[in-house]
Amino acid sequence: MPKVKAILSKVNIPSLPTISRRTLVLLWVVAGVLFVGLLVVLLRGHSFPLLQTRGEVASRQRDLLIFATVLAVLVLLPVYIMLFGFAWRYRAGHKRTYKPNWDGDSRVEAVWWGVPIIIILVLSVVTWVTSHSLDPFKPLTSTQKPLKIQVIALQWKWLFIYPEENIASVNEVAFPANQPVEFSITSDAPMNSFWIPQLGGQIYAMSGMSTKLNLKADVVGDYRGMSSNISGKGFADMTFTARALSATGYNNWVQHIEHHALGVEHLDMDEYKQLAKPGTSGVKYFHIHDPSIFDTVVAKYMHGMQSTDTDTASEDEDNHTHNVEGHMNTEDM
Amino acid sequence: MFASLLGRMEWHYFWHGWVQFGGQLAMVGGVLTLLAGMTYFKKWGWLWREWLTTQDAKRIGVMYIIVATVMLLRGFGDAIMLKLQQALASGHSDGFLQPDHFQQIFTAHGTIMIFFVAMGLMFGLINLVLPLMLGSRDVAFPLLNSTSFYLYVAGVVLANISLLYGEFGAVGWLAYPPLSELAYSPGPGVDYWLWSIQIAGVGSLLSGINFIVTILRLRAKGMTLMKMPVFAWSVLGSMILVVFAFPILTGTLFMLSLDRTLGMHYFTADLGGNAMMYINLIWAWGHPEVYILILPAFGMFSEIVATMSRKRLFGYKTMVYALMAITVLSYLVWAHHFFTMGAGGNVNAFFGIMTMVIAIPTGVKVFNWLFTMYKGRIEFFTPMWWFMAFATTFVIGGATGVILAVPAIDFQVHNSLFLVAHFHNTIIGGVVFGYFAGFAYWFPKIFGFRLHERLGKAAVSCWVGGFLLTFIPIYILGMMGATRRLDHYDPSLGWQSLFIVSGVGTLLIGLGVVFQIAQLAYSVWKRHELRDTSGDPWDGRTLEWSVPSPAPQYNFARLPVVVARDAWWEAKRGGKAIFSGAYSDFTLPKNSGVGVFIGAFVAMFGFAMIWHIWWLAVLALVGVATTLIRRTYEEETEYVVTADEAKRLDMKSQKAAA
Amino acid sequence: MKQVIKSTQSVEASPAIFGFWLYLMTDCLVFASLFASFVVLRGQTAGGVGSKEIFSLPFVFLETMVLLVSSLTSGMALLAAQRQKRQHTLMWLTATALLGMLFLGLELYEFSSLVQEGHSWTQSAFLSSYFGLVGTHGIHIAIGLIWLFATMLFIYKRGLTHRLMQRLTMFILFWHFLDIVWVCIFTIVYLIGVI
Repeated sequence: MPKVKAILSKVNIPSLPTISRRTLVLLWVVAGVLFVGLLVVLLRGHSFPLLQTRGEVASRQRDLLIFATVLAVLVLLPVYIMLFGFAWRYRAGHKRTYKPNWDGDSRVEAVWWGVPIIIILVLSVVTWVTSHSLDPFKPLTSTQKPLKIQVIALQWKWLFIYPEENIASVNEVAFPANQPVEFSITSDAPMNSFWIPQLGGQIYAMSGMSTKLNLKADVVGDYRGMSSNISGKGFADMTFTARALSATGYNNWVQHIEHHALGVEHLDMDEYKQLAKPGTSGVKYFHIHDPSIFDTVVAKYMHGMQSTDTDTASEDEDNHTHNVEGHMNTEDM
Repeated sequence: MFASLLGRMEWHYFWHGWVQFGGQLAMVGGVLTLLAGMTYFKKWGWLWREWLTTQDAKRIGVMYIIVATVMLLRGFGDAIMLKLQQALASGHSDGFLQPDHFQQIFTAHGTIMIFFVAMGLMFGLINLVLPLMLGSRDVAFPLLNSTSFYLYVAGVVLANISLLYGEFGAVGWLAYPPLSELAYSPGPGVDYWLWSIQIAGVGSLLSGINFIVTILRLRAKGMTLMKMPVFAWSVLGSMILVVFAFPILTGTLFMLSLDRTLGMHYFTADLGGNAMMYINLIWAWGHPEVYILILPAFGMFSEIVATMSRKRLFGYKTMVYALMAITVLSYLVWAHHFFTMGAGGNVNAFFGIMTMVIAIPTGVKVFNWLFTMYKGRIEFFTPMWWFMAFATTFVIGGATGVILAVPAIDFQVHNSLFLVAHFHNTIIGGVVFGYFAGFAYWFPKIFGFRLHERLGKAAVSCWVGGFLLTFIPIYILGMMGATRRLDHYDPSLGWQSLFIVSGVGTLLIGLGVVFQIAQLAYSVWKRHELRDTSGDPWDGRTLEWSVPSPAPQYNFARLPVVVARDAWWEAKRGGKAIFSGAYSDFTLPKNSGVGVFIGAFVAMFGFAMIWHIWWLAVLALVGVATTLIRRTYEEETEYVVTADEAKRLDMKSQKAAA
Repeated sequence: MKQVIKSTQSVEASPAIFGFWLYLMTDCLVFASLFASFVVLRGQTAGGVGSKEIFSLPFVFLETMVLLVSSLTSGMALLAAQRQKRQHTLMWLTATALLGMLFLGLELYEFSSLVQEGHSWTQSAFLSSYFGLVGTHGIHIAIGLIWLFATMLFIYKRGLTHRLMQRLTMFILFWHFLDIVWVCIFTIVYLIGVI
């Protein structure tokens, strides 16, 4: 042991360079500028779905995001100015006034209770209004009747059912641009979250429940959709394409599936059970004769009834009684 | 017959692939080296007498911090693997981790960082200084304190055994059902997650009770509540949250374990279970948990800023009101974690607005710290650097929190990397920086020497730089529609370059960790030069600085009497002396191995429940009961230090310091 | 000095008792989450039996009476202990223990007959939450009984020392607490369930 100590005492740790305050500040500024420059270079040409929105809901959500960010910056700026200003001016050794016992001033304190309260008040009003106006369950105002699409989250793929067109698709959903779409969403798998960032987001897909998401695309295009909630091994591949088509484009898409085009299969409960088995999937198209698949899947988990009898559940197709449960009650615990 | 004795244990749970094998090897190697070293240097007796069986809160605090630091390294290792995977796994490359393994790693990362690092550091630091600050010789229930620590260790041990034998949950750190139910996760992974945090959580709950009683019953004479240091107030707020929130966690995990072990249907998808109820319950604990962690950090900064600015804390009363307001409000916001569940406009708006309201007292605290600096004489020692790092980064986290609190915005950023960046922003920028500041600040009091300044400042710089470099790209990725927990993604999205930048940032944080380790090693080596002879290295304000460093086991030979806030500062400036009068007899708790045994039996119980080894579970419970009963009815658990002895010790330590 | 203070300090005002009250509050919250779950899940019978079909009020009323009386006898034990009457204390504690065991026996009988009729906890969320809530109370009673036996043994061996008085006070608080929880179970689970 003494030997070790003798060796250790000869070791000299290279001393860290002494950096003056000014150099330090300069270093941080240069590093910051370089970092921002790097980001600008890296980000050039890439898309920002949350900002480059293509749907009414997403655009309103983006405007709200920008509004809240501006408010936040308004608060942060004076904080930063004071933080670094005070740190610099009142560092030890300064010749300015030093008031060691000054520990309160009700007028000053009133200001920083008051200003945040006002800001939060403004934001609260905005929150109250937008929580209702942008409630995903609320139908969008439009002259056109919304297109109804039923969505089932499976392990790990999305099944889209068009109850009025009697067709279905996997991992691709198409609808006409400028027409509102009402998605009814459930899950026959662990919980997922249904999200098309450029059109607006997002709502959970839960078994035994039917949640709703009302969206409208303003521009024709293909948009990325996904599940944002972990649901098992294949969850990263649980993406789909949301295709906002022109009115004719959409009709062609539907016709293509309806007329038994190549690769289009028939989706009944047996085929559905095959599809529902865990695994990822490419795009698939189906035509359907039994419009009650969605209701059957919801009913399967509802009221704890594990119903295997598909016929009884199909009767209430028009009533949609279960949708009342869509708005859950948050239990006050 | 033999097979049923081993529950559902099977050989194949040892082998998962080469990546895990590396981790297993490192862990077994580390433990074996430690055991061999202890045996070689004949340190077992010393370890048992001086440390493992100690009832001294300060030593228990040090042990908490050691375990939490080891877990920090593990959790950070997980983070590096996640970053590497995400930097690699674009397009056809699958990276180096299987999806299931990747999901286990991020589950472990979150669980370890919150339960075993943040909670461990928090209880460690509270144990180090709270009794000293209150002018008390110990916490209210020393044995309970040691037991809480060993329950925490039992949780840590179980979580780490999962790496060696079995698997960890692959379900995210809060394990939402139905994914975490038997139907979708039949293996032992979720059970490891469940039992390790259940056990550690009970330990936290007991600590909460212990510290509340300590604060309300063991303050120095004259220290009314409104003369109590703000750190003590922050701990009181945090511990009130612990005793109100942790029982919900206990209950919820208990129900999930009933589902998984006995086949019940609390949260299953079928037979009437209700997964939304789990999500509500878990966040009714989970949101207060965030404030449990951050409040003590606020308290530490309140002490540090006032001390380093050589000035009274600005707006003491406002600080206290703000702390208590946050304590109450943090119960009323849990549903903001799932606006996307579809609860409707009224519910969402209510929880959104309540969340924003919390920003008001938090903002007030920031302004109070700023005005504590104003017209002070600020000494920029390492703890103050951590404060600057905190103030710069945490406010961004606060601001993005308010943005996320607007439900209509949340619909677009929920479960995105924007959210991930936000909570790392508050946890690293707030909690971690706070605890590091507190560690650097109180280190001399416990060990008798300071930490090296320049290595500390180098660590702060790397942490802040690394933090910004890691998480600004993550915020931007959120805006690009990147969701969390992806083990691979499509190259056309253009995310890879940002993931790489973010990974480089994590390495920079790693450099900060290296500097911290170097700082500790170098300071221990040069401890004679860095010795704190005064007991008051920062020209402190509160009672802990009135005793020599390192603080003696009994803290105070004579109990202090307090007449003002910042009692020690006032006494130094010619106020009333805080130690006066004669020495008197006092009692100290005897060492006890009860905590160690309970921890060991409970870990055994957890392991038995995970692997369905019922006889072992019963045996473990019998062990716990026997230990408890024997201890509960022991009569002589304390020893007396006489007045003369107290005086002699006091003189000796004062002489040593001088 | 401190020891002198200790023995003059009343048992009820000691930090240990205050801490124990805090513990009871936390346990109360564990039960609250189980109650909340029961209330949410009581209708989720999965097509199987509901409260009306399986609960028999007279039987539960008997259980309730047994537990209430045991609470009373435990209170009598504390009163006797405060007057330092060891024999009386032990006698009342024995009565408490017997009633506690009777209660536990009745509950186990109720559970086993439910399971035998095919209404086990795996059948529906309602039954899960019922067994979970009432069973957790039962586990508490079992723990309380073990504690009670230990207390009786040590009082028998050592008499009513200060430390044992403290432990006894805690036990009695615990036992009363379980009684209150049971009254809530009786009301919320059984009474409302049958009406």
